[in-house]
Amino acid sequence: MNYRSNLEKVLTEGHFVVTAEIGPPKGTDANKIREKAKLMKDSADAFNITDNQTAVVRLSSLAGSVILLHMDMEPIMQITCRDRNRIGLQSDVLGAAALGVRNMLCLTGDHQKFGNHPAAKGVFDVDSIQLLQIIKNMRDEGIFQSGDRLLSGKPYVFLGAAANPYADPFEFQVDRLRKKIDAGAEFIQTQSVYKIDKFSEWMDDVRAQGLDTKVHILAGITPLKSVKMTERMKFHVPGTDVPNSVYLRMKKASDPAKEGYAIAVETIHQLKKIKGIHGIHITALFWEEIIPLLVKDAGLHV
Amino acid sequence: MIITKQKNFMDILRRIGSKPVFLVGCSECATLCKSGGKEEVLAIKESLIKNKIPVSGWVVLEPACHLMNDKRMLKKYSKELSESTKILVLACGNGIQTLNKLFPEKEIIAGTDTLFLGEISRVNEFFKQCLLCGECILDDFDGFCPVTRCPKSMLNGPCGGSSNGKCEINSEIECVWDCIYQVFKKKGKLDVLTFIQKPKDWSKALENKRRI
Ligand code: SF4
Ligand code: SF4
Repeated sequence: MNYRSNLEKVLTEGHFVVTAEIGPPKGTDANKIREKAKLMKDSADAFNITDNQTAVVRLSSLAGSVILLHMDMEPIMQITCRDRNRIGLQSDVLGAAALGVRNMLCLTGDHQKFGNHPAAKGVFDVDSIQLLQIIKNMRDEGIFQSGDRLLSGKPYVFLGAAANPYADPFEFQVDRLRKKIDAGAEFIQTQSVYKIDKFSEWMDDVRAQGLDTKVHILAGITPLKSVKMTERMKFHVPGTDVPNSVYLRMKKASDPAKEGYAIAVETIHQLKKIKGIHGIHITALFWEEIIPLLVKDAGLHV
Repeated sequence: MIITKQKNFMDILRRIGSKPVFLVGCSECATLCKSGGKEEVLAIKESLIKNKIPVSGWVVLEPACHLMNDKRMLKKYSKELSESTKILVLACGNGIQTLNKLFPEKEIIAGTDTLFLGEISRVNEFFKQCLLCGECILDDFDGFCPVTRCPKSMLNGPCGGSSNGKCEINSEIECVWDCIYQVFKKKGKLDVLTFIQKPKDWSKALENKRRI
């Protein structure tokens, strides 16, 4: 079979995959990406390059993805709808595909209010679901959003999206996942999991609707490094759900980093047992060096 | 209703300098927003006089955005107007520009900031409701406008930050997608929300002139 990317290949072959996130620098130093990439190289199947995450200006996800390609690593280029209209988005999809990017993750994007340019005008011309559909149609039908035709080469990409089982209204999250699949999502990376029972409940609904057979779901893991980080995730980051039990464990721990790491390993073990989970997506904020060990201790085979 | 708020008085003062000024208010939106009704015009007049700025006259137009009506009403004030080189307008951005059109030789000073098209929910409380997109799709959402009320204008929401019915951007406003979901659920038509809404046709919002 002709796979678009290695990520598609390992998922299709039924392996349990690992993806890891690399945040580009606030500057032009490509070595910042290379250093993180080197650390993680053998620990994941593909690597997300974030697109100005939390609306903070950073080196672009397209450039970051190409830096990874030069290291023979496979990027998952994140694309958000916050900063570009449909013209800019489609143009970057063509450019990225031409440079060899084969995985794209479509997001609506964090609101500019949370970033380092709160005075910016947010674009939000389309949302993540519409963007998925736009790229799918460019790839499969050879047409742009307007209906105009692509003339020389289609973006041969594997498409992903995000899902958040912790957002409200909870009952609508599975329907929304189905919408993403209908729009073109072939793999899903979820919000970081700390509350495993709610996640399982969501997965029960996902399986009940047969969606686990239509899309590859990778569960999100973000190891907690400190009590301060736990508090930020618990109280300030929209859409995350850190239960009190985890918060208490972190607060009581004599070595919070060690505790956070242990929680992450335990969570991965629990996630691996859930039917329909095809992999883990690791975001280690300011703690990338922990990833190789985490992958090993959690028994994730890459 | 066009929602406005009065600019900071010190900023208005700086714009006026020391020259005599004529004051214009508006009987409609700016009156209800308490940014440019008779009461506010008279209050500004007092403050200006206290700051030794001569006020040659004042009027509350009905409403300021009505060019023909303005011409008619302002005829009575030609003397007062001739005594000022500056006109301070306490109306929305539209009203201010209509005055500018009428008096190209004078300096028009904007006395308000125009915020949005919205509803008066109760006295002194306003909510943004419409972005004037040119092609109303309220019927697709049972009367809720996600284009306007979702800060990310999501047509296939909610985003992952919706929490307890509140918006992630501002916990003082409802997540409009939560509202939509709850209403569709109550009406037993959640299946409608599983259809993908296509990107909006923003060319419809580009009309600069309309003639009936
Ligand atoms: S759909 Fe368009 S016209 Fe209708 S309320 Fe929303 S912004 Fe206004
Ligand atoms: S929380 Fe609701 S209203 Fe706020 S940005 Fe998300 S979907 Fe839009």
